[in-house]
Amino acid sequence: MTNRWTRDQMARRVAQDIHEGAIVNLGIGLPTLVANHIPADREVILHSENGVIGMGPAPAPGQEDYDLINAGKQPVTLLPGGAYFHHADSFAMMRGGHLDICVLGAFQVAANGDLANWHTGAAGAIPAVGGAMDLAIGAKKTFVMMEHCTKGGERKIVPACTYPLTGIACVSRIYTDLAVIEITPDGLRLVDHVEGLDFAALQRVTGVPLLT
Amino acid sequence: MIDKICGSALEALADVRDGHTVMIGGFGTAGLPNELVDALLAQGSRELTIVNNNAGNGDTGLAALLAARRVRKIICSFPRQADSHHFDALYRSGQIELELVPQGNLAERIRAAGAGIGGFFTPTGYGTQLAEGKESRVIDGKGYVLESPIHADFALIKAERGDRWGNLVYRMTARNFGPVMAMAAKVTVATVHEVVELGRLDPEAIVTPGLFVQRIVWVERQATSASGFKQAVAA
Repeated sequence: MTNRWTRDQMARRVAQDIHEGAIVNLGIGLPTLVANHIPADREVILHSENGVIGMGPAPAPGQEDYDLINAGKQPVTLLPGGAYFHHADSFAMMRGGHLDICVLGAFQVAANGDLANWHTGAAGAIPAVGGAMDLAIGAKKTFVMMEHCTKGGERKIVPACTYPLTGIACVSRIYTDLAVIEITPDGLRLVDHVEGLDFAALQRVTGVPLLT
Repeated sequence: MIDKICGSALEALADVRDGHTVMIGGFGTAGLPNELVDALLAQGSRELTIVNNNAGNGDTGLAALLAARRVRKIICSFPRQADSHHFDALYRSGQIELELVPQGNLAERIRAAGAGIGGFFTPTGYGTQLAEGKESRVIDGKGYVLESPIHADFALIKAERGDRWGNLVYRMTARNFGPVMAMAAKVTVATVHEVVELGRLDPEAIVTPGLFVQRIVWVERQATSASGFKQAVAA
């Protein structure tokens, strides 16, 4: 049908909204790509739940040290000025409101900013939450980065989440492969969209009325 | 003379009993005290409650302890991993109890136990399935959930260097749960790769002061292996 942003284009769009000096936590999966698109002249500090701030890029092949990993358990590096700390301090940084932005994946986001991203609730599914609930409610701004619809074509932006919640009214912006949407007290406001996308087409795949 | 250095991992864990609660440090394989987990497996105690961020990787260590049916209950934040097949099978067949705790609440509940706190209100999990059955309260317009401390009989942790008083420093993100678990257990056993003379650790840089540590076991350094890549929470 229409144009879509690729995963890297989505990551670049998120990175545009990360300001100089921001302390940022990038979730597992798609959000991790954002690190590759932060402009080189912008100083941004990356935090990871497992006790590190000031994370640098992946090490060169052969230089991996698995005592220095990110939340996805992939090897990373430490920039000059970076620091290590224990888990209770790491989550105090989140819960205490010391992170500016976190970027998370999602199954569903509701009109009021409720987030569902940890459990489908399906029979036989093994629940696992990790740091998702702490991050969602802790950062000053929670950005969600996800496909606009599921692979089966179901809407992921919905009037109310049907999956178990991660956090209540915690999402401030949604970045999808079609659009950027801000959650405001008045409703969902369209900020940006892929070139050539018809508003009516976007509204059809969005389960909540969009303000322009 | 105070000397907390133990001859072997097995000796350090000789008094772990059936039904004990045992904390195990580590986030994936970083900070996981492999030698102590192997000793716990060899030691034979059963009906254990294990506190760890995950629920075992592959077929060794904590996963082997689960496979040997030695664990009654696990308290963790992220059991489901690409290689958590032993936990997955036990959980699906109802042979292990799971208490799933958001990671920050897990760390803070452990810290609270070590700090003598009887409970605390946290915003994490408020209004979600994981707060069901717990007291909630709105404080200054924000919702919170009452969480309780997690105490342990033993904490098994991995550090980098230590001395005979039990002072510890760690290595990079292998620090993770070590310092808070050390506070929360009646007996904390730490492995170190280097035992140094008293006074050699920089007092400004000691992360865990020795009073939180009862036993130290020297183990040979081995590079931490890759394991347990976390599956994306949502694509």
